[in-house]
Amino acid sequence: MMSNLSVDHLLGIKYLKKSDIDLIFKTADNFKKIINQPIKKVPSLRDITIANLFFENSTRTKLSFELAEKRLSADVINFASASSSVKKGETLLDTVNNILAMKVDIVVMRHPNPGASVFLSRNIDAKIVNAGDGAHEHPTQALLDAYSIREKYGEVEGKKVVIVGDILHSRVALSNIYCLQKLGAEVKVCGPSSLMPKHLDALGVTHFPDLKEALQWCDVANVLRIQLERQDVNYFPSLREYAMVYGVDKEVLDGLDKEITIMHPGPINRGVELSSDVADSDHAIILDQVENGVAIRMAVLYLLAGKIKNN
Amino acid sequence: MIEERQILNQHDIEITIERLCQQLIENHNDFVDTVIIGVQPRGTFLSKRIIAKLETLIATSPIQSGNVDISFYRDDLMRREEPIVPEVMDMNLSVEGKNVVLIDDVLFTGRSIRSAIDALMAFGRPKSVELLTLIDRRFSRHLPIQPNYVGRTIDAIDSERVIVEWKEINGKDRILMVKSE
Repeated sequence: MMSNLSVDHLLGIKYLKKSDIDLIFKTADNFKKIINQPIKKVPSLRDITIANLFFENSTRTKLSFELAEKRLSADVINFASASSSVKKGETLLDTVNNILAMKVDIVVMRHPNPGASVFLSRNIDAKIVNAGDGAHEHPTQALLDAYSIREKYGEVEGKKVVIVGDILHSRVALSNIYCLQKLGAEVKVCGPSSLMPKHLDALGVTHFPDLKEALQWCDVANVLRIQLERQDVNYFPSLREYAMVYGVDKEVLDGLDKEITIMHPGPINRGVELSSDVADSDHAIILDQVENGVAIRMAVLYLLAGKIKNN
Repeated sequence: MIEERQILNQHDIEITIERLCQQLIENHNDFVDTVIIGVQPRGTFLSKRIIAKLETLIATSPIQSGNVDISFYRDDLMRREEPIVPEVMDMNLSVEGKNVVLIDDVLFTGRSIRSAIDALMAFGRPKSVELLTLIDRRFSRHLPIQPNYVGRTIDAIDSERVIVEWKEINGKDRILMVKSE
């Protein structure tokens, strides 16, 4: 097995090979053991400094990255645009160069503009991890989702996965489609037509307009959050109507003639895309996803740090 | 040109393991408070042999054991061409208050053992830690680490490599010294 990633940055799943994903998963298996030890910290990244640059709000991704970094013993600095000079008109490149002048080795960045992390990787000398760039990609989320499916079923290959909700604005959906397809799963999407991107067929994905039909087809349903902050126009009449047509509740699941697994990247709008009884049921592996997120991020940071040459 | 010299054959290795086991028994009696830990990946073969032998020599069984993976505790992640592919951390026990015997095949610079001691401490505070090694390449230490039980001490220069082959992976047990020019 390969022991090195084929890429120098984690910008998106699009740029990874299947062997890269396999290597990340194998490394994450080991970190999952580490984070269940009495002492959860390892000294691997003792001489590495990581900057978490969040130009867009995030709670769980930021916490998960920060915990992963600390468990690897890296030095961590945090930056949130709300309290920074970005508000004073500084450019992205200037902001980052200033931070790098403080000898930072890895940058974890979330940014509202698609391609921001690709731009950064071409202009600065540090390893970049994309923690979400606009509606483009959110690679670590897709990796932890696929990893959770692998954990539940033993493998991802051949599994049928439906992604339910706002595919148009979702970086989680795009990264998930790339990741699951590279691992040999079959992916379809479900949701109102107004929330479907125009060129779904280019991704090799088809659309179920009907939720029940979609759930009956799949092994795993990855239910996305309705991102109210991204609804610049009204894509559906009301939240209540969305919940009635596309909300996954116990009644819909009971109507299927099989058991399926429910995933959600969080945070859940309870009673909108998922009902509480489903979110808290044994079908849901939402909290496993959160735990796996730390292991996956440790694996990604560890493998990228291994590419930093420091003689 | 590659020059190859056999240091120990299968029979020598058997005798050496038997002797090491007797020495362990002298210090650990019934092994009730002792835990044997192999260092991944190569120390685990020796550790398995030692445990199997001990269990035939003394009545208490099974002997408590585990294997520790040192990948994430190493000090050379950014100094290697490729990161090490981690092995399994097989430690389903606590070493709190135990007498630990760490087992590895070849002791060279001592850096792996330093990492192994570090990794061990994630599973509790042992009462003591000893080191057993099949081959001790003396005079090549980077750190002040010495073994408590030694199979064979050898003097080798940096361009010489010691290769330990095990039946499980190489078909037979033997130890070679390889010199490449």
